[in-house]
Amino acid sequence: MSVTIFVPRDSAALSLGANEVADALVREAGSRQLDIQLVRNGSRGMLWLETMVEVATADGRIAYGPVTEDDVAGLFDAGLLNGGEHALRLGKTEELPWMKNQTRLTFARVGVTDPISLDDYSEHGGLAGLKKAVAMDPSAIVEAVVASGLRGRGGAGFPAGIKWRTVHGADADQKYVACNADEGDSGTFSDRMIMEGDPYLLLEGMAIAGLAVGATEGYIYLRSEYPDAHVVLTTAIQRARAAGWLGGDILGSGKAFDVHVRIGAGSYVCGEETAMLESLEGKRGIVRAKPPLPALEGLWGKPTVVNNVMTLAAVPFILDQGGEAYAAYGTGRSLGTLPYQLAGNIKQGGLVEVPLGVTIRELLYDFGGGSASGRPIRAIQVGGPLGAYLPESKFDTPADYESLAAAGGLLGHGGIVAFDDTVDMSKLARYAMEFCAIESCGKCTPCRIGSTRGVEVVDRLVEGKNRKKDEALLRDLCDTMTSASLCAMGGLTPLPVLSALDNFPEDFGKA
Amino acid sequence: MQSRSSSAEAATPDQLSAVDAVISRLATMRGACLPMMHAIQEELGFVPHEAIQRIADALNLSRADVHGVLTYYHDFRSVAPGCHVLKVCRAESCQAMGSDKLEDHLQQKYGVAMGETSADGEVTVEPIYCLGNCALSPAVMLDGKVQGRVSVERLDALLAKAKAAGGNS
Repeated sequence: MSVTIFVPRDSAALSLGANEVADALVREAGSRQLDIQLVRNGSRGMLWLETMVEVATADGRIAYGPVTEDDVAGLFDAGLLNGGEHALRLGKTEELPWMKNQTRLTFARVGVTDPISLDDYSEHGGLAGLKKAVAMDPSAIVEAVVASGLRGRGGAGFPAGIKWRTVHGADADQKYVACNADEGDSGTFSDRMIMEGDPYLLLEGMAIAGLAVGATEGYIYLRSEYPDAHVVLTTAIQRARAAGWLGGDILGSGKAFDVHVRIGAGSYVCGEETAMLESLEGKRGIVRAKPPLPALEGLWGKPTVVNNVMTLAAVPFILDQGGEAYAAYGTGRSLGTLPYQLAGNIKQGGLVEVPLGVTIRELLYDFGGGSASGRPIRAIQVGGPLGAYLPESKFDTPADYESLAAAGGLLGHGGIVAFDDTVDMSKLARYAMEFCAIESCGKCTPCRIGSTRGVEVVDRLVEGKNRKKDEALLRDLCDTMTSASLCAMGGLTPLPVLSALDNFPEDFGKA
Repeated sequence: MQSRSSSAEAATPDQLSAVDAVISRLATMRGACLPMMHAIQEELGFVPHEAIQRIADALNLSRADVHGVLTYYHDFRSVAPGCHVLKVCRAESCQAMGSDKLEDHLQQKYGVAMGETSADGEVTVEPIYCLGNCALSPAVMLDGKVQGRVSVERLDALLAKAKAAGGNS
């Protein structure tokens, strides 16, 4: 009888040799005349255990990891196909603490199924949301998303349903859904893991958005740094069209929605929604002034829903189970779950989906297991390069929108980067300014010029010749950038800079 | 913004016909400027200077518009890279795991700094800001493939393997 073996095709797994492991498994099984069926699944999110190989046994799926090419023969010797004992055997996947302590709504299928299999998708609860949506009045779809309390997961946290309501109410001959897959924040990879691990979920979410607002075309703006995601998405779109999940007559409803993928070109600021729209139109990724809102004048001047991958991927659950079911998770105005991403100097890096409101400490230590180096975690950055640097004293802050804002930070895309006690925070403050100088679109002066001046002032501050004056100058410059920049690029760069200075003043050459 | 070399060699007839083929294939696509540049660079490894006028003509844009797009985005090159392209992540997560050591090592052992091509033309090193492999930092991308937990030793091994395998795919 054929035994099913799962080896992730997620690019994190590939980056540690998952393809080589898969090849070795097939080779070794062949030479031993064993019948295996290899499935390239998404990753379960325990990225420190990649390449994590799973075997389907009568007793459930058994995980082994981290497996390298060289371990494969030994695994077969140990009876891999029966879930045999081995130093790399982790146990039943579903019962591993990392998995058991999560609430996987968005990531329910990731790692479980073959990402590009239409059958796997529909057999594991996929399409349930879209099936309901095609039979619903568009405004009822919008209200379900409003009721869920879902907020934009890309960083800004704007209520998704309210945005949809605006587009729904706009009168136009053509509307669009634009999915922001320009996941540029360091420490974040949840969008990538969905696109590589459950692409139909994103397509389903986009189709529901299209039905809700009356858009017949969707665009995914995918960053060029994700070539593996591009391959999976392209395959998924072709198959979804062939199956009638996308196209002129979705699920036989007579309603049309199709999706196209466009590739970015290495510009961070194109993650800002108006710069992204410019780039989608084939132009330089220069930020637009708002108003007009993209909801009214977006892609090619038409009303456009612009949502991040995680936002759209949360929608199928909401349509299937109802807005209230989603809103039952979370805390205060931060409702639902969030796929948090643990990165940087962390022992157990990966993705954890739990209700909003989990504390940073729980994420870093209960899931993350502390630093990779074994040294104390001294600082973290939450929410990407525009997020604040927080010290250990703030680790008990719940990682939700309001609590993090109150602690002087932001949630952003839910990525947490850990640094141990060897970090020099002045270097990171300087880097924040440098990054802004490299990535600024150049449209507004505070960002374009301020970032370059910022690098110089941080350098002088660290030099320490005139600390008081330079610190006053840096704060003044940051004030200008915060208040007068056109978008979050210049407007939030002061956050990592000043939080580093305020929370770790000893690193700034105190005289 | 990154400085870019303005010295471009003249494109060969073969390169120009590749450019023309891409342009005619994508001419009817809406907002085709970036897709054209991506497709040209995928074929040739860079976007030759001559492509600017041709794209402008096809899309009814000014040369300034097209030049603006080409030079705005970090991905696009105006000169051919080395046989292998190594993109080293410089973002926070990789910094937390010592990506600066990789930069130093490339400079010391291969004599190549960020944005440069080694003297033997083997490898071009470019900075990149996040490959989305942040749980396995530091990360690099070598010839389009992401690599995780890249130590100095692993970097040497990856480069040696790439060189042994020959030119960029």
